[in-house]
Amino acid sequence: MAKTPTPRPWRPLGFLALVLAALYGGLALLGTWSPRLGLDLEGGTSVTLTASTTDGEAPSAESMSQALDIIRSRVNGSGVSEAEVSTQGSSSIVVSMPDVGEDDLVEMVGQTAELRFRPVRAVLDGAGPVEQPDPSASPSAPPTATPTATPTPTPTPSASATPPADLPLSDATGPATPEEQAALAGFSCDDVETGAADDPKLSLYTCDQDNTTRFLLGPADVVGTDVESATAAIPQGDVSWVVNLQFTGEGSDKFYASTQALSTQAPPQNSFAIVLDGQVVTYPEVTSAIPGGQATISGSFDQESAQRLATVLNYGALPLTFETSDVSTVTPTLGATQLEAGLIAGAIGLGLVLLYSLIYYRGLGFVVMASLIVAGGLTYGLLVLLGEAIGFTLTIAGIAGIIVSIGITADSFVVFFERIRDEIREGRSVRMAVETGWDRARRTILTSDAVSLLAAFFLYVFSVANVRGFAFALGLTTLVDLVIVFLFTKPFVTVLARSRFFGAGHPWSGLDPERLGAPRRVGFAGRRRPAQPAKEATAEGKN
Amino acid sequence: MSDAPEAAPTQAPTRRRSLSNRLYTGETSLGIVSRARRWYAISAVLLVVAVGALIFRGLEFGIEFTGGAEISAAAPSTDDSTVDDVTDAVVATGIDGAADPRVTIIGDDTVRVQAGSLSTEETNALRDVLADELGVDSTEVTTQVIGPSWGAEITRQASLGLGLFVVAVAIFLSIAYEWKLAVAALVSLLHDVVITVGIYALVGFDVTPATVIGFLTILGYSLYDTVVIFDKLRENTKGITAQNRHTYAEAANLAVNQSLMRSMNTSIIALLPIGAILFVGAGLLGAGTLKDLSLALFIGVAVGTYSSIFIATPLAADLKRREPALQALERRVAARRGGTAPVVPVSAATATPAVSSAARGAVVESGSRRQPQKRTRAQRRSS
Repeated sequence: MAKTPTPRPWRPLGFLALVLAALYGGLALLGTWSPRLGLDLEGGTSVTLTASTTDGEAPSAESMSQALDIIRSRVNGSGVSEAEVSTQGSSSIVVSMPDVGEDDLVEMVGQTAELRFRPVRAVLDGAGPVEQPDPSASPSAPPTATPTATPTPTPTPSASATPPADLPLSDATGPATPEEQAALAGFSCDDVETGAADDPKLSLYTCDQDNTTRFLLGPADVVGTDVESATAAIPQGDVSWVVNLQFTGEGSDKFYASTQALSTQAPPQNSFAIVLDGQVVTYPEVTSAIPGGQATISGSFDQESAQRLATVLNYGALPLTFETSDVSTVTPTLGATQLEAGLIAGAIGLGLVLLYSLIYYRGLGFVVMASLIVAGGLTYGLLVLLGEAIGFTLTIAGIAGIIVSIGITADSFVVFFERIRDEIREGRSVRMAVETGWDRARRTILTSDAVSLLAAFFLYVFSVANVRGFAFALGLTTLVDLVIVFLFTKPFVTVLARSRFFGAGHPWSGLDPERLGAPRRVGFAGRRRPAQPAKEATAEGKN
Repeated sequence: MSDAPEAAPTQAPTRRRSLSNRLYTGETSLGIVSRARRWYAISAVLLVVAVGALIFRGLEFGIEFTGGAEISAAAPSTDDSTVDDVTDAVVATGIDGAADPRVTIIGDDTVRVQAGSLSTEETNALRDVLADELGVDSTEVTTQVIGPSWGAEITRQASLGLGLFVVAVAIFLSIAYEWKLAVAALVSLLHDVVITVGIYALVGFDVTPATVIGFLTILGYSLYDTVVIFDKLRENTKGITAQNRHTYAEAANLAVNQSLMRSMNTSIIALLPIGAILFVGAGLLGAGTLKDLSLALFIGVAVGTYSSIFIATPLAADLKRREPALQALERRVAARRGGTAPVVPVSAATATPAVSSAARGAVVESGSRRQPQKRTRAQRRSS
């Protein structure tokens, strides 16, 4: 049946103009004009860490979010600006930074932190003797001579082997034996292998994180997994920061036993060292046995150092180990090349589609062009807005998605135009054909776009990494397509149908009834009085 | 300037009516549904070849699936000895995983080294080696190291996605159309994926996560294309049992014919931007996400178009005609036509332009192929 009310195309067009104005106005306010570019377009490094639990189950959301915070603070603490840390899927964390060549950071991020509490047996100032670059040196590490720190830049510590095996290790506690003291004197901080798996049952020679003090530590009786949680806080009535520790049930017992033994010792053996990745973070003194599993570490903490320690303790408390599953670096040059390639491909694709539309649909091809331009403007604005709002980054896959969607958007126009043509073949006037054609085409377009959205949604949920950008772009552009077809293309065609060029079916308009094989019957409304609207209404058979 | 419909067609005598017009009215009718067996046979052959290729050749997986390291850099210039020089330099590092590297030159002047699983330090060492060899700064070298479990994760996700998508599509189509059409559409979807993957196996294209995404997108596209035709099919077959002039299969064939131009247009317009990406991605860059995605899409869209037209609709017609109501319809139509001629012409020659009996004033169904024709307003008014 005929659409009875007169179409009012200026309303949707006006509404769309309003939306666009609001969008770009918002962008002007925010001050950003370009979307955020992803790693593969800007260059940078990305590290993907996949978590695995000790019992093989999927990691819990809570542990993952804790790990996320911890890794984030580690990354930020290392001074890399603009690093982004986020979760991906249920068991991965992605760290991306815009710099290339940050080898140390990559290594640090990927390491699993092993946290241990070891009683201190001996402390010695200084970083120890510098290694002699003697290639023929015997495997015994600490050369007795020359504590003169001859700055020898080239030889790396690995020039002469550093066998912890030669250091006297035992599972004893208490003060160091003379043999061990000598070994400690000869031990150098260069020998410390961070992240190496040290045997918790044996003692450990190590340094602190600043390489200013050397330690001989006893076997670890409390380990990271015994810590339930740690928080940095300022206790009531105090002004300095402390770190509150909470141990698990089993951990509390162990801690109690340990502190009981330690509290009876004289310094420095009354301290326990908190060892992370084989390095001593801090070594607080124990003044009395601590039952109940709640301990407070106080000292010269400021907010930053207290929080950092809490982070360290929490990290070690996670039952998660991370494996570096993917490290990729993209050089800025490559990024720029990819971006350029994407833009060129987009331009070529757009040009081809327009050319084809003009050839096949003639005058209507201009409608395609106008609609695509408006759609492009809307999409671009949304991309920038999303970049600001949710940190959405545009990757090369995203660009590919947008380019592919040019085809999909143009398809909706094809559906619409073909319907109009069908109606003209039936013998309708152009103006009526537009309206009735729209009625039919609308449902097809909605169904097809629903299918596209469904597909995009599934793609998004089930894809990984930066290929997600493709799915997101597809979904976004499908929505934009819907908006444009309803708010722009249809009203625009309605307006055009009122013009002589299109309404009369000029051969170049793409709606020429003769070319389409319609019987030459209905006159153009502009040439005479509006053609029999009553006749049109009754002539409707079932269609 | 009378508005009365003319009795005789008034098209310019010199201008032959275009194909799209002739398809629309049914003058020209390509026997698509009628030749269903032929298309099934062709598809069967393609499927056998595809599956065979998958079994005997298997797919070439990129390092995201196999794990390993990939290091590449744009060299200022390359010559014949570059590959060997780089290979020697890499092997000379003595790193286990790099004992047997694959060194290729992609695009214009980019040297790519692929090796087995390496640690981060080893990768950095190789990066420096490559940088030295090519004379570029090590910050100009792109590296990627993938642990072997990564690819398994992607595969798992993709398979899950595929499975759920198929289920969702089945439900959606059953609601929007009916379950028999849903089955036909799904068969053609799976047909697309198998053939596309088979082509990959046959030729040996790289399969990367971008490729997998391309495969999944093909599903979406093929469905889209099928919906375009099914929409027309539904329109043509509404209330079909209430008449005796044409069978479901004939109406289906008309739907396909009428949608032919639209479907071809949709596909061409979809292929144009994809082709542009492929050209730029494969030509200019040589490798990467653009090429992987667009290649999969290009092949898939082409196959998808074929299957929407030649597989989905004939299959839908075949599934539907078993229904008792439609069987009864077939008998009635056959009876009306004298009972001797087959209801659905099975061995018709290629479409011939109808003679003037296809003129608008004439009675319906007088096309040379017994295809139902669109009735004009005049005819509808008069009947």
